[in-house]
Amino acid sequence: MDCNNFYASCERAFDPALARRPVVVLSNNDGCVIARSQEAKDLGIRMGEPEFKCRERCARAGVAVFSSNYTLYGDMSARVMATAGALAPRMEVYSIDEAFLELDGLPGGPEPYARMIRERVRRDTGIPVSIGVAPTKTLAKAANRLAKKDPSMRGVLVLPEGEARRELLARLDVEDVWGIGPRHGRRLRERGVRTALDFMALPREFVRKTMTVGGLHTWLELHGTPCLPLELAPKPKQSIVSSRSFGRPVTSLEHLREALGQYISRAAEKLRAQKSRAASILVFVQTNTFIEGEPQYSASQSQALDPPTDATPRLIAQGAAVLERIFRPGFRYKKAGVMLCGIEPAQGAQLSLLHAPDERGGRLMAALDRVNARWGRDTLFSAACGVERTWRMRQGRRSPRYTTVWEELPVARA
Amino acid sequence: MQEHTPLPLPLATAPAGFPSPAEDYLDQRLDLNEHLVRNPAATYFIRVQGDSMRGAGIASGDLLVVDRSVEPRPGHVVVAAVHGELTVKRLKRLGRLLVLAPENPDFTPIPLNEENAVEIWGVATHVIHRLAAAGGGGPCSSR
Repeated sequence: MDCNNFYASCERAFDPALARRPVVVLSNNDGCVIARSQEAKDLGIRMGEPEFKCRERCARAGVAVFSSNYTLYGDMSARVMATAGALAPRMEVYSIDEAFLELDGLPGGPEPYARMIRERVRRDTGIPVSIGVAPTKTLAKAANRLAKKDPSMRGVLVLPEGEARRELLARLDVEDVWGIGPRHGRRLRERGVRTALDFMALPREFVRKTMTVGGLHTWLELHGTPCLPLELAPKPKQSIVSSRSFGRPVTSLEHLREALGQYISRAAEKLRAQKSRAASILVFVQTNTFIEGEPQYSASQSQALDPPTDATPRLIAQGAAVLERIFRPGFRYKKAGVMLCGIEPAQGAQLSLLHAPDERGGRLMAALDRVNARWGRDTLFSAACGVERTWRMRQGRRSPRYTTVWEELPVARA
Repeated sequence: MQEHTPLPLPLATAPAGFPSPAEDYLDQRLDLNEHLVRNPAATYFIRVQGDSMRGAGIASGDLLVVDRSVEPRPGHVVVAAVHGELTVKRLKRLGRLLVLAPENPDFTPIPLNEENAVEIWGVATHVIHRLAAAGGGGPCSSR
């Protein structure tokens, strides 16, 4: 199950004036287009297009342009998943707008049931979804894609068997197959492999050799052999990234340090939420490559953390040390970020001979997370994150947080 | 989506001495969410602006609890999308016609027809009307 144009659909759910208007959502900091309604796609507005490049076209065509409103999208995603999840015995939430539902052994076959799920999600949340039904995840994604492309399927395709299936898979471009992607897609095209069906016709050994085991799984799944089971619990992340573009260029080390402090705090929170520690920290900074004629600079460097840690103050201190090493004055920085790597479970972590375990610090971090969960983000924060935060993101056109903030509820006329 | 879970009252157990006679009767605190929200994933809060529903006890500034999973039927107070705006009215049958009827003689009903392109957004299940500001003085005020 896949939500149609999810972010644009969220904006529409609470504003009926958008029902027939093209809608576009911009990335963090209003940089480029990250979501488009069908009407916006039809106008030729491309995914990832920088905002300044399509500004005039959008204005002329009456496109409604929004800053991203992740608070709203997150809440709507939870509603969609709760609604669909209640109707299937098992569900894997794959991303903010996609999930795999198990529909085994339904009386009357899967088609009416899938249509019922689609109708319920639409009614309860206002979000339109497409559903592809098939024996493997890769085939289900293919069926979903085909259902989206062909309006006559009205949002649901139960993949048939035999010749009918082969005909459908011949309509699917090879790079649109889940797990193949643009890079392998290009290489396959050079060999004359244009569709999902062409790819299936390749010899199994050839696929395994040229595309490793991932490619082989894709091939087997297209042939109907499941290789990717439902993952019911999310896996702990192998690395955690927190980065953001600044609202306006940042030039001073001091402001960069504050911004980085905040990103590190966020990453550390995520790290503790999944009960892990990081063994290394990577810091990066970059200028705005879109502005021609300005001096450009980008750099990144990592630093081992021995022993591995989940404590915000230690991560901030180490991150700041890395930042000082890579910072060069005289540039207008656009973005900075942090990546925590070498993630391992906090339980059973190797004890270091040189450092005593920091139990007081652990309790402090637990208290910090509890306070911020209870009273809102940034109720308590490290002074290193700065108080004024002039570098904060730009979000000039964010819609109200209709479902999570009392002051921003939708209004109905009486 | 925030899921509100009321905390059970702590069950007092004394290691020695008399057991509390109330212990067997301890219950969970009453939770308004439970009373007002049947289907959290489909429930939305909406602010009312205007006076057309005064007769139904809905005033400007009130909060509506709207459940989108309820099938709208004549007699329900509904939130509907009309001409690009959300509006609150009572769904009524007038002969063979369905209308969005105001509950205030100063306003006129809106027929549901092709021309108006009305879409029912959700069914209002409760209205929350504030009588006094919370913590606003009085002998029982406590925060």
